[in-house]
Amino acid sequence: MKWAHKDLIGIQELTAGEIGHILDMASSFKEISKRDIKKVPTLRGKTVVLLFYEASTRTRLSFEIAAKRLSADTTALSQAGSSFSKGETIMDAASNVMAMAPDCIVIRYPHAGIPRKMAELLPCSVINAGDGYHEHPTQALLDMYSLKERFGSLKGLNVAIVGDIMHSRVARSNVYGLTRMGARVTLVAPKTLLPPGVETWNARVSTELDPVIPSADAVMMLRVQMERLNERFFPDIREYSTFYGLNRKRVEAMKDGAVIMHPGPMNRGVEITHDAADSARSIILDQVENGVAIRMTLLYLSLGGAANVD
Amino acid sequence: MWINGGTIFDPSSGTARVGDIQVKDGLIEGVHPGGAGGARAGAVDAKGLWVLPGLIDMHVHLRDPGFEYKEDIVSGSRAAAAGGVTAMACMPNTDPVNDNPSVTRYIVQKAAERALVRVLPVGALTKGLKGTELAEMGLMKEAGIVAVSDDGKSVESAAMMRRALEYAATFGLPVITHCQDRGLSGEGVMNEGALSSRLGLGGIPAACEDVVVARDVLLSGYTGVPVHITHLSTKTGLDIVRQARKSGVKVTCDATPHHLLLTEERTGGYDTDAKMYPPLRTEEDRRALVKGLKSGVIDCIATDHAPHAKDEKDLDFDLAPFGIIGLQTLLPALMLLHREHALDFMDLLKKVTVNPAGILKVEGGTLSPGARADIVLFDPGKEWVLNEGAVLSKSKNTPFLGMKFTGMVVRTIVAGRTVFAA
Repeated sequence: MKWAHKDLIGIQELTAGEIGHILDMASSFKEISKRDIKKVPTLRGKTVVLLFYEASTRTRLSFEIAAKRLSADTTALSQAGSSFSKGETIMDAASNVMAMAPDCIVIRYPHAGIPRKMAELLPCSVINAGDGYHEHPTQALLDMYSLKERFGSLKGLNVAIVGDIMHSRVARSNVYGLTRMGARVTLVAPKTLLPPGVETWNARVSTELDPVIPSADAVMMLRVQMERLNERFFPDIREYSTFYGLNRKRVEAMKDGAVIMHPGPMNRGVEITHDAADSARSIILDQVENGVAIRMTLLYLSLGGAANVD
Repeated sequence: MWINGGTIFDPSSGTARVGDIQVKDGLIEGVHPGGAGGARAGAVDAKGLWVLPGLIDMHVHLRDPGFEYKEDIVSGSRAAAAGGVTAMACMPNTDPVNDNPSVTRYIVQKAAERALVRVLPVGALTKGLKGTELAEMGLMKEAGIVAVSDDGKSVESAAMMRRALEYAATFGLPVITHCQDRGLSGEGVMNEGALSSRLGLGGIPAACEDVVVARDVLLSGYTGVPVHITHLSTKTGLDIVRQARKSGVKVTCDATPHHLLLTEERTGGYDTDAKMYPPLRTEEDRRALVKGLKSGVIDCIATDHAPHAKDEKDLDFDLAPFGIIGLQTLLPALMLLHREHALDFMDLLKKVTVNPAGILKVEGGTLSPGARADIVLFDPGKEWVLNEGAVLSKSKNTPFLGMKFTGMVVRTIVAGRTVFAA
């Protein structure tokens, strides 16, 4: 398959064939991380700039490790150390970075739309590492990869996504991707945390978690952002975890082989209890591991690795 | 001055006839259907053109004093003249706020000295637009305001709004209300719905506007004080106004050209020139508004001309300020509505002339003998494309950039003096 995209802004723009291709390729990249010498020369001489305007440890680290294992040079700029705080606009900052001729910019940004604007403006590849509550495509891809790894195929899988759907880019990207690959998604949240127009999404919606648990092949718990509490989307942690938290009782109600996922970072005791997070069903650390392989794949594809792809 | 051979539209009588107009001492001396006869040296040849009374835009932001880098009274009046707008009501959300007679006098004086068109200041309802104390409406009226409004926000407390209505009525000042429940709009930046969720942008639900429309209509009914709802954008809001009027409430309203012509789809590319309050709504809302024009529920069309500098608009969609400019595209927008929705042009013309004049209780909007000679010559068939160079505002923030329009202002006359010629 010839890779036709300069950028990766959202899962919305990928076909099922392209998603399948990424997931297939990721397996060979995963193998590299298991070697003794975890480095291949594929992207030698390429420069990858990581622009993170929002707190992130996992995603940033994952991209950085991915780029380094492919021998690309990486530089990371995070909000605190950047000139953004000096009043420079993000597009100016991006143009300045561009003047230093990177081959790829990985951008995490608190507001929707900026990665897309950058992709339109800049000649280099732009990979969206999460923008506002728009999209987080690499997270969805690593989630899909982890599910495929476990179940062999995504077709017909029942995936429940539980929590703050309204403010979640992870949920959005996963709905687009999973449904495109033939999985069935059920979104579970109180009505205050369901996005406007959710009825037009290609997903079932439930305000109750318990009836959804027994048929789910995977239960993906979303992080409760504590600032939402102040905005009165729900009364308190006690009530939230009672109705929407994954606890031992609910884990026991899951069917054989069903898995627990979480994009991290977890709030233990809020959306997920210790025994759920650490249960044998959890593939949360597999997700993290697979994140590196997925990001290696995307860097490879975006940085002109297309010629090598059959 | 003679203006000869054009089609003279007089919305005060609803007639459109080919003829000549004589202007003398800033007033219309005579109108001669069929022509006054005899060749006249120096007459303006208006053959093939439409001769319209100058437009009255009852909702603009001139940003003066305080934000002159966005626009000022002079540059705003230049844009108005180019758009055929000969009178405009400017909102009080300046810095300082026009909530006292000193600011009013500043605006009136600067406009008298340097503006190309009539500037009609609107005073604040409450001091500092804070919604807690009444502004000096009486003193501001003496200084020259024509109406009061806290435009940019709603008076949050219903009790305060009630007092403001009653107090404004004491001085016979029309009240213009911007309807927005701050809690419901929250961090929203575009119309709330499936599209805002897909784009990952915060939504402003229609209900955020509708609850305040309903409240202000109820308060108007209760106090008996007329209220004018500005930039109405929703189907439900329109229904509320229609119902209220049926039951005798003295409520009027206006809609903007952009809400009549564009929908939320225009925000799909995160274009901040499509960000304004109220936000562009759905096609269903837009169609309802067009119907409201036809049925007469919408009395006026006003631009909500809201200039913002390029560096302000060139930010993330979430951070860029709300508002777009509109003075120069008002008449072409009316032509679009006329052509695409088969709306009677005379009826549309009333909504930018006699109707706003009536609501604001100001002169203008007619071409009858004795009236102010505020006149626009309009070439109805001329095609043109709006590019940045043609925009006379200091700010260029409009979603209509690059759009092809039919119908162009070729000359604008204020009190008998030509202030714009293409």
